[in-house]
Amino acid sequence: MRPQPDLAERAKSASARAVGGLLRYGSMAVMAFLLFGVILLVSGKNPIGAYRDLFSSTLGSARGFSEVLVAMTPMLLTALAVALPSRIGLINVGVEGQLYMGACFATWGALTFSDLPAWVLLPGMALLGMIGGGLWALIPGVLRAHGLVNETITTLLLNSVAPMVVSFFVFGYWHSPMDTNKTANFVPSARLPTLFDTRVDLSLIIGLVLLGLFWFVMRSTRWGLEMRAIGGNPQAALRNGIPTRVYVISVLCIGGAVAGLAGMAQVSGFYGVLLANFSRGIGFMGFLISWLAGGNPLGIVLTSFAVAMITSGGNLLQLTRDVPYAVINILLAFTLFVVLARPRVLPRRKAA
Amino acid sequence: MPSVSPPQAATQPMISLRGISKTFPGVIANDEIDLDIHRSEIHAILGENGAGKSTLMKILYGFYRADSGQIFLDGRPLSVHSPNDALAAKVGMVFQDFTLIPAFSVAENIALFQRDLDPVMRLKDVSRRIQAISSRYSLTIDPSARVSELSIGEQQKAEILKLLISDARLLILDEPTRVLAPHEIEALLGVLRNLRSDGYAIVLITHKLREVLECADRITVLRRGRVSGSLIRREADEARLLSLMFGKELPGLDVEDRPAVEANLPALELRGVSTAADGTQTALKDIDLRIYPGEIVGVAGVSGNGQRELADLILGMKACVAGSKIVFGEEVTRESIRSIRERGVCFVPENPLVMASVPFMSVLENMALTRTRRYARLGGLRIDWRAVSEDFLRSSSTLGFSLPAHAMARSLSGGNLQRMVIIRETAQAPRLIVASYLTRGLDAQSTIAARRALLQARRNGAGVLLISEDLEELFTISDRMIVLRGGRIVASFRPDETDSFRVGLFMTGTEIQHAATA
Repeated sequence: MRPQPDLAERAKSASARAVGGLLRYGSMAVMAFLLFGVILLVSGKNPIGAYRDLFSSTLGSARGFSEVLVAMTPMLLTALAVALPSRIGLINVGVEGQLYMGACFATWGALTFSDLPAWVLLPGMALLGMIGGGLWALIPGVLRAHGLVNETITTLLLNSVAPMVVSFFVFGYWHSPMDTNKTANFVPSARLPTLFDTRVDLSLIIGLVLLGLFWFVMRSTRWGLEMRAIGGNPQAALRNGIPTRVYVISVLCIGGAVAGLAGMAQVSGFYGVLLANFSRGIGFMGFLISWLAGGNPLGIVLTSFAVAMITSGGNLLQLTRDVPYAVINILLAFTLFVVLARPRVLPRRKAA
Repeated sequence: MPSVSPPQAATQPMISLRGISKTFPGVIANDEIDLDIHRSEIHAILGENGAGKSTLMKILYGFYRADSGQIFLDGRPLSVHSPNDALAAKVGMVFQDFTLIPAFSVAENIALFQRDLDPVMRLKDVSRRIQAISSRYSLTIDPSARVSELSIGEQQKAEILKLLISDARLLILDEPTRVLAPHEIEALLGVLRNLRSDGYAIVLITHKLREVLECADRITVLRRGRVSGSLIRREADEARLLSLMFGKELPGLDVEDRPAVEANLPALELRGVSTAADGTQTALKDIDLRIYPGEIVGVAGVSGNGQRELADLILGMKACVAGSKIVFGEEVTRESIRSIRERGVCFVPENPLVMASVPFMSVLENMALTRTRRYARLGGLRIDWRAVSEDFLRSSSTLGFSLPAHAMARSLSGGNLQRMVIIRETAQAPRLIVASYLTRGLDAQSTIAARRALLQARRNGAGVLLISEDLEELFTISDRMIVLRGGRIVASFRPDETDSFRVGLFMTGTEIQHAATA
């Protein structure tokens, strides 16, 4: 293939964009930290000490670092589950529900086929998880494609249904003899392998690979081009012969499937058991991250890492600085405000 | 630049622009432009698409900031940082795309625009002022009508009233006649003449020579961001203006006379097709239409009488509720847009910005959109941009258009977007072309190129459906014409059998039997 005349230029502008992006997000983070420092000061804590603890506990040791990766893993997948549909203009607020359904389906597999060897059982559970999440997203997808209900509403409402479905099975059928709100521990062959003797499991790799795949598909393939067209101007895309309705349904389902995979990874990797209320907003966190990162794969990785650092560092802050864990949510909220408000003093994103 | 002496020799210009320059990334839109605007004058700013007309006036209106240069009001320097400043200096502008709020009434829209609006609006006062001014300038409009229910022509009246009521003394109109039907154009020019005699200064941005020669007192021609000439009316004639606009003589359009071959299989056949009425759209009723290969069928009609629906129906955007659609002998009534396009049906829609292009994509990416399968390699994993680029270059050189292949579509002007769509749609030997308002927004040179592309396609055996409000265009290049009114075909004839007067009668529906059925 003849090198495109603008290839060098594109590379240059890409690196310029990356530098600009780092500068932008870096300054936003600084601003959020400053605001949070004021809160700490007001409550009589030493902000500098708190930040030192926050960083040293997460980046200061291999174990701390691995815990950040553990916290980040599901966020990668749930953020992708939001970012993909957002590229064709769909707002998937239902990741939390899709995650529950994925976990539910995968758990059924783990409990029913516990005799199978890991190399059959794990892919089977992953597939089941994706089917569960995908089917849960199919409902909003079909309703949206036929112009009946906006997907934002349906995905959001289905979020409160899915945990009830999970509870129904856990309390009704799957609970272990000793407990009411969780299943028996999964057999070892139903557990995702961990890496380097830490709690980091295989789903981190899966998440990174899927994000890379997402980047490649959007950038180079025919489907990426068609999806960008739908996202850019749905009417023109339709008139140009792109089957937008098929895309709406299938992309939302794929998003749901990724969320379902995140659910499977949570129960199979992190917990090894299905708790009735295992997720405390991992799906919503994914929505937040995808928004902050503008749906950009690399941005998702970086943002997930930052958010994971704050949340896992927050646990320690509770012990060393005697601040309630909820305070960490204030820091997250500040970050969100700063990013969404895009203050004028910060370097701006140039129009792409 | 030739120096001119104003007709009223002693008057000082109301507004003077001196040395205005403005650069956009990659484009010098305005390059050291000087311009004087006098009271009681209609000043036409003429130039082809992308000559910098709109940019210059948007600088005067405070919408853009000039890189260098100065603006003077009555000889005193004026700094315009926003439309608000411009309005304070009594300068008002009507944009190409109107800025009215559809859900509001005319009076509410106009009240909203007043700088000194009372905390408690007195809409009655506003309505009274609207009525006073509108009867004076025959801009009749119902102040309580909702904007979404107005026609384009009426919306334009509302825009002009908005400026008059806010005391603007200089009105800038950006291509005001682009969206109007012929009789509305006459009415608008009449309004402008009345305003002129009351001392208003009017700037008319346009690329239509006829209007300029009809009403302008002073004509400034821009070419590639520079003033290529400034004339008063009696110095100007068509040839002179054209040479200033293009710097060379324009080639004419040869339409060879060639009877359509009706013996062949029709390229398109509609048999008794009807569509469902959808919101404000017009339902098509019982349409029978055949387009033969090598034939251009022109569709005349007042806009909103089913033209858009007819084009959408052929493309497959709208479903037939009755009847059947046959393309080259194959029934395609229920086929998807993609498969209809793959049969060689091409589509130039009425609004390229909304209906055909994706703003945040480059021209080349937009090129690829209609044929993503054709350009996909490795089963879709890769796109052959080289092939896209070759098709793009071939098609644009055939048409004589030149566009930057890697520019973002949203950075193109309206005319260039239309060129992009025409380049794309004619790239792959089309067999049936559906073109709505093909030449809207194009300058004289591109208009000829676009029409020539249709004639070329006809010569190669394509059937063409050309929807237009420009009767002259239809009479020039159609082999056959139909008139749409209220979603029905009310007349069908050969151009040489009739004249524009009779077509106008069919368009407006003066016969009684049709009025009864409608």
